Amino acid sequence: MIHSVFLISNAGDLFLEKHWKSVISRSICDYFFEAREKAVEPDNVPPVIRTPHHYLINIYREKIFFVSVIQTEVPPLFVIEFLHRVAETFQDYFGECSETTIKDNVVIVYELLEEMLDNGFPLATESNILKELIRPPTILRSMVNTITGSSNVGETLPTGQLSTIPWRRAGVKYTNNEAYFDVVEEIDAILDKSGTTVFAEIQGVIDACVKLSGMPDLTLSFMNPRLLDDVSFHPCVRYKRWESERVISFIPPDGNFQLMSYHISAQNLVAIPVYVKQNISFFETGSSGRLDITVGPKQTMGKTLECLVVTVHMPKVVLSANLSATQGTYNYDPVTKILVWDIGKLNPQKLPNLKGSLSLQSGAPKPEENPSLNIDLKIQQLAISGLKVNRLDVYGEKYKPFKGVKYVSKAGKFQVRT
Amino acid sequence: MLSPWFLCRNEDLKEMLESNKESLKLEAMKRIVGLIAKGKNASELFPAVVKNVASKNIELKKLVYVYLVRYAEEQQDLALLSISTFQRALKDPNQLIRASALRVLSSIRVPIIVPIMMLAIKEAATDLSPYVRKTAAHAIQKLFSLDPDQKEHLIEVIEKLLKDKSTLVAGSVVMAFEEVCPDRIDLIHKNYRKLCNLLVDVEEWGQVVIIHMLTRYARTQFVSPWREDAVFDENSEKAFYDSEEERRVDQSKPYIMDPDHRLLLRNTKPLLQSRNTAVVMAVSQLYWHLSPKHELSIITKSLVRLLRSHREVQYIVLQNIATMSIQRKGMFEPFMKSFYVRSTDATHIKTLKLEILTNLANEANISTILREFQTYVKSQDKAFAAATIQAIGCCATNISEVTDTCLNGLVLLLSNRDETVVAESVVVIKKLLQTQPSQHSDIIKHMAKLFDNITVPMARASILWLMGEYCEHVPKIAPDVLRKMAKTFTDEEDIVKLQIVNLAAKLYLTNSKQTKLLTQYILNLGKYDQNYDIRDRTRFIRQLIVPNEKSGALSKYARRILMAPKPAPVLQSAFKDRDRFQLGTLSHTLNSQASGYLELSDWPAVAPDQSVRNVEVVEPQKNGNAVKVESRSESESGSESSSSESSSESRSELDSDSDSGTDQKKNTKPKPKTLNIMTKYILIHIVLSISSPFFVNCMCSLLHLCVFLACQFDAVSWPVRVSLQASSPVFVPETSHELLHRMTGKGLSAQYRFTRQPCIYGNSMVSLQLTLSNRTDQALENIHISEKSSTGQNIHRFNAIGELNTTKEDEFSVSIQPAVGELLLPITMSEADFTKEQGNTNTSYWHADETPTNQPIHFSACISRFAGKTVSSGSLVLVSVALKDPDAMITINTEKTVMGSMLLRQVKTALTNSGP
Repeated sequence: MIHSVFLISNAGDLFLEKHWKSVISRSICDYFFEAREKAVEPDNVPPVIRTPHHYLINIYREKIFFVSVIQTEVPPLFVIEFLHRVAETFQDYFGECSETTIKDNVVIVYELLEEMLDNGFPLATESNILKELIRPPTILRSMVNTITGSSNVGETLPTGQLSTIPWRRAGVKYTNNEAYFDVVEEIDAILDKSGTTVFAEIQGVIDACVKLSGMPDLTLSFMNPRLLDDVSFHPCVRYKRWESERVISFIPPDGNFQLMSYHISAQNLVAIPVYVKQNISFFETGSSGRLDITVGPKQTMGKTLECLVVTVHMPKVVLSANLSATQGTYNYDPVTKILVWDIGKLNPQKLPNLKGSLSLQSGAPKPEENPSLNIDLKIQQLAISGLKVNRLDVYGEKYKPFKGVKYVSKAGKFQVRT
Repeated sequence: MLSPWFLCRNEDLKEMLESNKESLKLEAMKRIVGLIAKGKNASELFPAVVKNVASKNIELKKLVYVYLVRYAEEQQDLALLSISTFQRALKDPNQLIRASALRVLSSIRVPIIVPIMMLAIKEAATDLSPYVRKTAAHAIQKLFSLDPDQKEHLIEVIEKLLKDKSTLVAGSVVMAFEEVCPDRIDLIHKNYRKLCNLLVDVEEWGQVVIIHMLTRYARTQFVSPWREDAVFDENSEKAFYDSEEERRVDQSKPYIMDPDHRLLLRNTKPLLQSRNTAVVMAVSQLYWHLSPKHELSIITKSLVRLLRSHREVQYIVLQNIATMSIQRKGMFEPFMKSFYVRSTDATHIKTLKLEILTNLANEANISTILREFQTYVKSQDKAFAAATIQAIGCCATNISEVTDTCLNGLVLLLSNRDETVVAESVVVIKKLLQTQPSQHSDIIKHMAKLFDNITVPMARASILWLMGEYCEHVPKIAPDVLRKMAKTFTDEEDIVKLQIVNLAAKLYLTNSKQTKLLTQYILNLGKYDQNYDIRDRTRFIRQLIVPNEKSGALSKYARRILMAPKPAPVLQSAFKDRDRFQLGTLSHTLNSQASGYLELSDWPAVAPDQSVRNVEVVEPQKNGNAVKVESRSESESGSESSSSESSSESRSELDSDSDSGTDQKKNTKPKPKTLNIMTKYILIHIVLSISSPFFVNCMCSLLHLCVFLACQFDAVSWPVRVSLQASSPVFVPETSHELLHRMTGKGLSAQYRFTRQPCIYGNSMVSLQLTLSNRTDQALENIHISEKSSTGQNIHRFNAIGELNTTKEDEFSVSIQPAVGELLLPITMSEADFTKEQGNTNTSYWHADETPTNQPIHFSACISRFAGKTVSSGSLVLVSVALKDPDAMITINTEKTVMGSMLLRQVKTALTNSGP
C-alpha cells in the first residue's frame, strides 16, 4: 500500500525518507514541489497528486509535509488517516512534531516507522503498544542510555498486540488510582453582518486521563444523553451498550486518550456566548479606512469569558493600522495582513472596544469586501450544550479511584461576517 | 561522488562497528540510520554491518535489520550471509523473534531466497501464535511482488489463513488476498460469515480492507435491493438504476434480502461510529453501494461529522459527498449549512463545498443558497469568487424560477471592479442568454457598453460572440462594435480575433449594407495574421460569405450555416460521471482509473447459490435428522461475554432488534426439534489440516456436558511449551438452560448459557450469559442479584437494571448448575507434555475406569486426549480415552477428587449412551 514516506519542511527541505518496499528515488518529490509552488499557500496543496507512475498523497501538519508514495489503488483516506496517526505518534513521543524534534530523534523516528508499517500495511499504531516496543525518550533515560549503553527498545512482545483489547497493556499498577475526564466543547458558528446566526453547531470531545491499576471496567453515564446527536468512540467503547442504554461502557487504555467525540447540530441548542458590534469601512478617497469593534457577552450562563481574541484577515491593500484598544493589546502584521486583538477576560461592565484608522496603499482601489472576524474564547466550567456527566462506576477492581470531570467551552471556527 | 570527508567518516564508522564494545556499535548504527534517513548512500558499510546481524542487543539487531532491508537488494550476495541467522530465529521459542525474523527475511528482496521464503511462510502460517500468522500474511504480499510465479502456492496459504479465526490475522490476510488473487471470490464463500462477525474486533486498518473486499463480494453474490423502492426514489435514480432486467425480475417475485446481505449491513453499521475516518468512509461506501435506498440516510450524519477533521480528510469526504449529492439530494439537504464556506478554508475545499451547495439547490432552498452565494462573490479569494459565479449560473439553469433573479444579479456584477469576477460573469451570462435570448436585448446592450472596460480575452470573446449571435436584436449597436474592433484587431488576443471574424461574417450576412467594407477590411487583416488558425478561419469565412465564381454550393447556405440556432450549453456538475468509480477509492478522487483498481460489478440478475456460504461444523452421528449448526463465531468484543449479561427487553423485541446477539437465537430456533433434550449424542467433527505439523481436532460435544477432546497426533510439533496457556474453545454450545421459569418468576423468566469466553472480570471466573425476559405486560424494575444469595461464591454482579415499574417486590432463589465441563478451560499442550504430566506425581489423584461401550465408537484414533484446567484454581485436568474394542479406558488425572469423579461419571454416561 504505502510505498515510501518523505518528510518535507515548509521551506522545501526534504529531511527524512523511509521506504517499505524497493527504494524510490527522491526525485519523485519534484512533482510535489511543482504542485507546492503552484498552490502558493501550503494549505492549498492538493492532497492527492498524480505522477506518471505513482500517486502522491500528502498531509500538511505542523509546518511539515508528510508525502507518501502510492503505486496502486488504495482508499486515499486510509493513507491520510495513517499519516495523521504518524504525526500524532511523533507528538506523543517528543512533545511536539516539528522538523527539529524529528531531526534530533531520527533513530527513534525510524524505529517507530519501521514498527508502524510492514510492507506498507499498518502494523502497530496503538500508542500503548508502540510505547512498549520503543520507549519514548526522556532526559533521564537518554543519559542512562549513553552511560550504560542500554537501549530504547523493549525486549518483550507487548501483550496488547495479542489480546482482544490491544489498547490496554497488562499489569498496570498505580498507587493513586485516578480517572479524569475533560468535556471540551467547541462552538462552530457563522454570524452575519447583523449578528444573526447563519449556522451554529457544537463539536464536543471527551478527553480522558485514566490511571487505574489492573483491568478496570468503567461505565460513564450522562444526565442528558439525548442531547448527543452523533457520536464516535474510541475502539474501547462498547457500542451496543450505548445503543441500548446510552451509557459509555469501556475498559480504558492506560493514560491519556480521547474517549469520544460528539456533534450537536440542532441550532436552537447552541448558545452564542458573544456578540460583536463592528464597523469596518474604507474610504473612496485618501487611501484610509476606519475600524471600530466592540465585543460583549450574550448567552454566557453567568460565566466569564476568557482568552478572548479577535483575529481579522485584512485585505492586501491595508498597509498599517493605527488603533487604540480600551482593553488588551492589538498587533497588526503587515506581511501576513493579520490583525490580532488579544482581549483576555471580558468585563461585562466595561465592554472592550478597538477603534482607529487603517491606512491603505495609495492609488490602489478600495477593497471590495470587508474582512471577516474570527473569534477565539474560552469559558471554564461550562459545557455550552448543557451536557453533564452523571456518574462514573468502576467494576472489576476493588479500589475506589479518585474521579474528576472538568468542563470547558471554546470557540471553534467562530466567524463573524462583515 | 562521495566527498573525501564522507569517505573518512565511513572509515570511522567501520572501525566502530568492528570494535568489541556494544555501545560503540550501537552508536555507529544510529549514525548509519541517520544517513539512511537523509537519503545518503551507506551501502559500502554493508559487510561491516551485516556481521552484527546475530547480535544479542535487541536495539542493535533492529537497526541492523533496518539497514539490511534497505540495502539487501543492492548487495545480494552479501545479504545471503545473514539468511541462516533468520532461519535459526524462525525456530525460536519466542513468538516476537519468530515474527520479526520472518518480517525481515521476507523484506529482503533477493530472488535466490524465494524457496526459503516460501517454506518459511508455509510454516509460519500454521504457527500457534496469531502474531506470527499475521506476519506470514504480510510476507505473502512481499513474496508475490518479488516473484509472481509463486502465485499458486501463495493462494494455498491464503486459503488456509482465511480460515483463521483470529482477529489479528483477518485484516492482513484479506489484504494479501486483495493483492494476490482478488478474483478468487470463491475463497471467500466459506469465510464470509466469519469475516462479517469478526469485523468489529479487527483492528481499524484491517476493517477498511475487509469492508472494501466485502463490498465487491456482495455485489457479485446478492441481488439488487434497489428495485423495490425505486418508486419512492428521486427522479434521477430510476433512469439510472432501472435496467430492463431488474424490472422483469421485479414482476416475478417480491424482493427478500438475503440474510447474509443483511448480516453484512448490520455488522458494519456500528463502525460508522469509529474514530478512524477511513473506516467511516469505507462503511459509507458500502452502504452506498449495497444498502436499500431508504437505509442510506444513516451514513449522512457520520459523513458530515468527518468534515470537522483535518483538511485532507475534508477534501476526500467532500468529493464523495459531491458525487452522492448529485444522485440523492435529499440525503444531505438537512445538513446544507454544514457546507457553508468559511473564509479560512483552503481553496479546493471551498470549491468542493460550492459544488455540493449547487447540487443541493432546489426550489425550496434556492433563495437561502443564493443569499449565501452573494457573500462568496465578494470573497477576497478571486478564484473562489469566480467559481461562485459559475455556481450561480448552474443554479439559474437548473431552477427556472430563479433564472431572472440570477441574471440580474450577474449583470450587477458586471460593474464589479475585479476583472476576473466581471469576466466570469460575462461568460456565465452568455451561457444563460443562450437559453432565452429574445427577452434580454437590454442586457446585451449593457454588455456592449461595458465592452471597452473589459480586458480579459475570454470575456471579450464572449461578448463578441453574443453580439454576432443576436445581432438582429441589437441592429444599431453591433455594427458599431465591429467598427471599434476593426481598429484594435491587431492588438487583440487570438481568441478575440476569431470572434471578431465571426462577428464580421454574421453581420455581413444580416446587415451587409452597413458592414460590407468593414468586413472586407477585417478579413484582409486576418489573412495576414501570424496565427494560422486565424488565417484559416479567415479564408474559410471569405469563401463562405463572399460569393465568387469559385465558391461552390456552400455559399448559398452560408446564412444557414452561420446563423443556425445553437443549443444552449448544459451546465452540469464536474462530479456527474464520477459515480462510475467505487466511492472512497483513489480512482474516484482522481476521476481516472488508478492502476490496480477493481471494478465493482453490477448486481447479478439472479442470486448465485446461497448455500456456498454455509459452514458445517458439526454433524450428528446418532440421529438421522440433519442438524445444521452454522458456525457463526460470536465475537462480541469482550463486551457481551461479561459474566453477567443483561438485557431488559423481552425476547420478542430482541428478535426484531438488529443486534448480533439475536442472531444466535435465530440460529438455535430450528434446533429444539432435532436436539431432543433427553437424547444425548456425540457430535464429532474432525478437522484435518494437512501440512507438515498437522493437528487433528476431535470435538466431542454432549448436550449437557461438553468435553472437547483435542488430540494431537503430532510428534514433531513446536518445541514451544505453552504449558498452562488457555486456548480458545473449539466449540461453543448455543443451548441455554432454564434458570427461572416464568411461572415461578411471576412473569420474569431467565435463561443462562455458558459462553466459553475468557471472563474479563477475572481469570478465575466463568462467564455466563444471562437472558432475562419479561413475559408480563407490566414493566419490571430493579432486577439485580441480591447480596445474600451467593454462598461463598464470588459473583460479579451487574448493575441493577432500572427503568421499569411495578409495585411489589419479589425475590427468587435460583441456582446455576454448571456441568463440570463448563468449569474447565481447554489448554494446548503437546503429546509429550501430556504424557509427562500424566506421569507426574504432583497430580496425586487419578481415576481410571473401564467402561464397556455398547458399540464401537467412531474414533479414528485409538487414544483421544483432552487437556484442560479448572477455571477457579487453575489446576490441571487431563482426560484420555483409550479404546480397546469394545471397551474404552477413561483416565482422568486431576488434583480435584470430586471433580474428577463427576467428570468420569459424566463421560462414562455420555459414551455409553452414544452408540449409534
